Amino acid sequence: MLPYGQGRSYGDSCLNDGGKLLRTAGLDRFISFDAESGSLRCEAGVTLGEILRLLVPRGFFVPVVPGTKHVSVGGAIANDIHGKNHHRAGSFGAHVRKLELLRSDGEAQELGPDDQLFQATVGGLGLTGLITWAEIALRRIPVAAVRMEAIPFAGMDEFLSLSEESDAEFEYTVAWVDVLSRSQRGVFFRGDHAAGAIHAPRGQAAVPLDVPAVNALTVRVFNAAYYAAQKLAGRSRLQHWDPFFFPLDGVAHWNRLYGRRGLLQFQCVVPTPEALRALLSEAPPSPLTVLKRFGPARSPGMLSFPRPGFTFALDLPNRGEETFAQLARLEALAMEAGGAIYPAKDARMSAETFARSFPRLGEFSAHLDPAFSSSFWRRVHR
Amino acid sequence: MRIVVLGATSAIAQAAARIWAERGEELLLVGRDPQKLEAVAADLRTRGGTVETVVHDLDRDQAGLVGRVGAPDVVLLAQGVFGDASRRDRDPEYAESILRTNLISPVRLLTLLAPALPPGSCIAALSSVAGDRGRARVGVYGASKAGLDSFLSALRQRLQGSGVRVLALKPGFVDTPMTASLPKTPLFASAAQVGRGIVRAVDMGRDAVVYLPWWWRLIMLAVKALPEGVFKRLKF
Ligand SMILES: Cc1cc2nc3c(=O)[nH]c(=O)nc-3n(C[C@H](O)[C@H](O)[C@H](O)COP(=O)(O)OP(=O)(O)OC[C@H]3O[C@@H](n4cnc5c(N)ncnc54)[C@H](O)[C@@H]3O)c2cc1C
Repeated sequence: MLPYGQGRSYGDSCLNDGGKLLRTAGLDRFISFDAESGSLRCEAGVTLGEILRLLVPRGFFVPVVPGTKHVSVGGAIANDIHGKNHHRAGSFGAHVRKLELLRSDGEAQELGPDDQLFQATVGGLGLTGLITWAEIALRRIPVAAVRMEAIPFAGMDEFLSLSEESDAEFEYTVAWVDVLSRSQRGVFFRGDHAAGAIHAPRGQAAVPLDVPAVNALTVRVFNAAYYAAQKLAGRSRLQHWDPFFFPLDGVAHWNRLYGRRGLLQFQCVVPTPEALRALLSEAPPSPLTVLKRFGPARSPGMLSFPRPGFTFALDLPNRGEETFAQLARLEALAMEAGGAIYPAKDARMSAETFARSFPRLGEFSAHLDPAFSSSFWRRVHR
Repeated sequence: MRIVVLGATSAIAQAAARIWAERGEELLLVGRDPQKLEAVAADLRTRGGTVETVVHDLDRDQAGLVGRVGAPDVVLLAQGVFGDASRRDRDPEYAESILRTNLISPVRLLTLLAPALPPGSCIAALSSVAGDRGRARVGVYGASKAGLDSFLSALRQRLQGSGVRVLALKPGFVDTPMTASLPKTPLFASAAQVGRGIVRAVDMGRDAVVYLPWWWRLIMLAVKALPEGVFKRLKF
C-alpha cells in the first residue's frame, strides 16, 4: 500500500507498481479553524488551493507553499515541501502541530513534533502509514496581494549578493536562470504580502495537445523572450497571490509542452556557492532552471530534503539515454559537494545516492509500516 | 436561507452543502451515522455555515422527522443507495431495502412535507439518469429512480400554483464512494461539479428536470429512443 495525494510528485515516489494506492482525495473535510491562533485542522486530502480559497478572504495564508497549489496536505507533509520563503519559515513540516497516523495494524495514533514517529512521517514519503488529518499553523496576511520585484541579474556573483541582501529583507525569494546564456543571466524574484489593492484572479489558459514544443531552439527563444519581458515589466509591481506563487497553475496541462514522453525534473541542494556554480556550468538547456537559497532552519523530518545551502532545479524533456546521462552527471556533482537529491522530483537516483543524501535513513527505517512501500522505495532501498 | 439536507453524508449532498455553507446559509443536516454526520457538520461550520444536525434513520420513521425540520426554503433530498449488483439481482430482501431507501422513504417524506412548505421554497431531489431506462446492470436501482422521477413529476403538477418548486436532479456517472468499484471513464463527473450544478439549479429555479452535467440529456434522449428489440441486445 501507498498513500496517494494529488500525484504532483514528478517521479515514482507517489507510485506503487504492482501494489495498491490509497487515494486520499475523499479525505477532503475541514475539521476546525481557530481564527484567534490561525490553527487549522483538516483531513489529509484537502489541497493547499482549497485552504487558500477558503481562508485568504479571512486574512490567512498557508505558511509554506510549493510551486503549485494542487497538492494535498498529506503530500506536503510526506515530502516535507519547501517554498520561496524557506529562509524565513523553514519547511512545511515545521508548521505541523499535530497529525494522526493510521498504521496498517489498524491503530490510529495522534502524534506531535516530539514523537519519533512524527519525525519519521514528516518527509517520510508515505512509508510510515496513512496521515488521516493534520493541524497546521497558518500565518496572518493583510490582503490577497503580493508586492513583488523582478530584478534581472547578469551572473552568479550578482545572484549570490542579491540572495544575501533579499533574504534579509523579503519573505519570498527565488531566481530563474537562463542556462543557455554564457553569462548565466537570470531574473531574481522577491516579494512580501502587501498591504495594497486586491487584484482579481486571472483566467486559465490551457495547452490542448501533446506537442513536443520544448527543444534547444524553443528554449533559447523562450529564455530570451522571458528575460526581456521581465525587464520590460518593471522592477516593482503589485500582484495577486495566485500567479505570484503558482505561475504554472495558470496554464492547465503545461506539462504537455514536453510531448508524450513527458519531462524529468531534477532538484538537489548543495551546501556551497562553488558547488552551485559547478552545477550551473554543467546544466543542459531547460526553460525552467530555478535557484533558491535555503535558510539555516532545521527540518523536522528524518528524511527531510531542505537543509542549509542552495537548491537547484531544472526541467528536462525526456529524450531517453541522453537525458539520463545528463541527470547522472548532475547527481554526481551534487554528491561530490555533499548535497542531496529531492525524492519528490526524482526518477533516477541510485540507492547509494539516496543513502548519502539522507544520513538518518537507518533511523527512519525502524519506523516503516511493514505493509507500505512504493516504486521509489524499492528502487532506492537495499 | 434555511436548507434541509436529507442524507447529508452523501458525497454529492456534501458538495452542494459546501457551497451553501460558504455563502453562510443555515443548514440542517439529517443522516443516520452520527460520527459521519458530525464530520460533515464540522467541515461545513469551518467553511462558514450555520449547521445543526439530526441523527435519524430516514428509512424507518418519516413522520417523526417532519416535525423537526420546520418550514425550510430548500429541501435537498439525497438519501440513496446503489447496492451491490450481484446481490441486488438475486436477493429479494436486499432489492426491497434499496427500494425502501431510494423510493419509499422519499415518497413518504415528501407526502408529509410538501403541504407544510412555504411559497417560494424548493424541493430538490437526487434522482439519476439510471431512471430513464432500465438496464441490466442497475435494474433495482434504476427502477427506484424511475419511480422517484414519476412521483416527482406528479408532485410538480400537484404543487403547480402553490409557489413550491420541484426539481428532479439527474446526475450521470459521478466519482463518489458509491461508484468506487466502477472503472472510471471520461463520462464521470466529480461530486464538486455536480454539487455546483445543484446549487445553480436551485438558484435559477428554471428547469423541472436537470441533467448533471447537462449533456446527459442528449445521451439519455438517444438511449430512450432505441427500440426495445435493439436495446435488449446491447451490452452496456
Ligand atoms: C508545478 C510543481 C511545482 C512544485 N514546486 C515545488 C516546490 O517549490 N517545493 C517543493 O517542495 N515541492 C514542489 N513540488 C512537488 C510537490 O510539492 C510535492 O511532490 C508534493 O508532495 C505533492 O503532493 P501530492 O498531494 O500531489 O502528493 P503525491 O505526489 O500524490 O504524493 C507524494 C508523497 O506523499 C505521500 N502521501 C500523500 N498523501 C499522504 C497521506 N495522507 N499520508 C501519508 N503519505 C501521503 C505519498 O505516498 C507520496 O510519497 C512541485 C510540484 C509541481 C507539479
